[in-house]
Amino acid sequence: MNQGKHILSARSCVAVWIGLMAGFVLTLLLSRTHWGGYYTAAALAIAALQGLAVMAYYMHARVSSRLTWLFAASGIYWLAILFILGLADYLSRGWLK
Amino acid sequence: MNEPPAKVQFDNLEQQHDASRLGMWLFLATEFLFFGVLFMAFAVHHLLHPQAFASAVKQTNLLCGSINAALLLTSGLTMALGVTAIQNGRSRACVNWVSLTLILGLVFLAVKGAEYAGDISKGLVPGRHFAMNGEPAAQIFFWLYWLMTGLHAIHLIVGIVMLAAIAWMTKQGRFSARYATPVELAGIYWGFVDLIWIFLYPLLYLIGRVK
Repeated sequence: MNQGKHILSARSCVAVWIGLMAGFVLTLLLSRTHWGGYYTAAALAIAALQGLAVMAYYMHARVSSRLTWLFAASGIYWLAILFILGLADYLSRGWLK
Repeated sequence: MNEPPAKVQFDNLEQQHDASRLGMWLFLATEFLFFGVLFMAFAVHHLLHPQAFASAVKQTNLLCGSINAALLLTSGLTMALGVTAIQNGRSRACVNWVSLTLILGLVFLAVKGAEYAGDISKGLVPGRHFAMNGEPAAQIFFWLYWLMTGLHAIHLIVGIVMLAAIAWMTKQGRFSARYATPVELAGIYWGFVDLIWIFLYPLLYLIGRVK
């Protein structure tokens, strides 16, 4: 296990920052559109991509062990259970008269 | 530079480093759920009361929210550069980058404080004197607004204290290219604080402004 030796280069730190700022500006600009509900989906999709970039690079997930990936993914997995089962309940209320 | 030997339960520093990183991610996995329930509450009430949420979002301070988003994303960069610096054995550069991150965090809090003061004077605190009486569900939005941004600010304050300790210890020569685990763990935590704001920003400041 030599993964701790992996060091993020300053160049990739800056590249990720440029991507994050681009996502931020895009989210802001898109809020000026007439997309209605689609905007929420677009904004959350951009946020998800930004979030993945932060986790992979700034939180060093990319250079961490597979076991660490499993722990990180488990957090997201339990979150998915919360959202999928929770929303399945709330969104389906009123379907049956 | 004398580095601390690995603790007795580990074979070597490398293994100890992996275990520490794993522990931080385990903690953050619970934090995902901690904030997750609030995001879940937000999703449910946004779906149940779309109009009230849209009107409420228009009342939040977009300028402050946007400045803070840019500040926090930039602090993510400075922290990552600090971690890279110490891993390359450049402790002086590390102290500078971590201190800059800390300052960006403090500026974030100052902007947030000014924003809170404005929110209070606009009557956006749920309760008897809530300004948006025509939209009862807007109170739910503002309950979540105060709770989520407040909880995020508490995490940020914890991060700032952590960074101050890290900067001090780095200055004392406690970390090196061989042993930089605490610096990296602080960086992972700071990334999490960044991550939460990335999701809070569009939800609390933007989604209701679209036509």
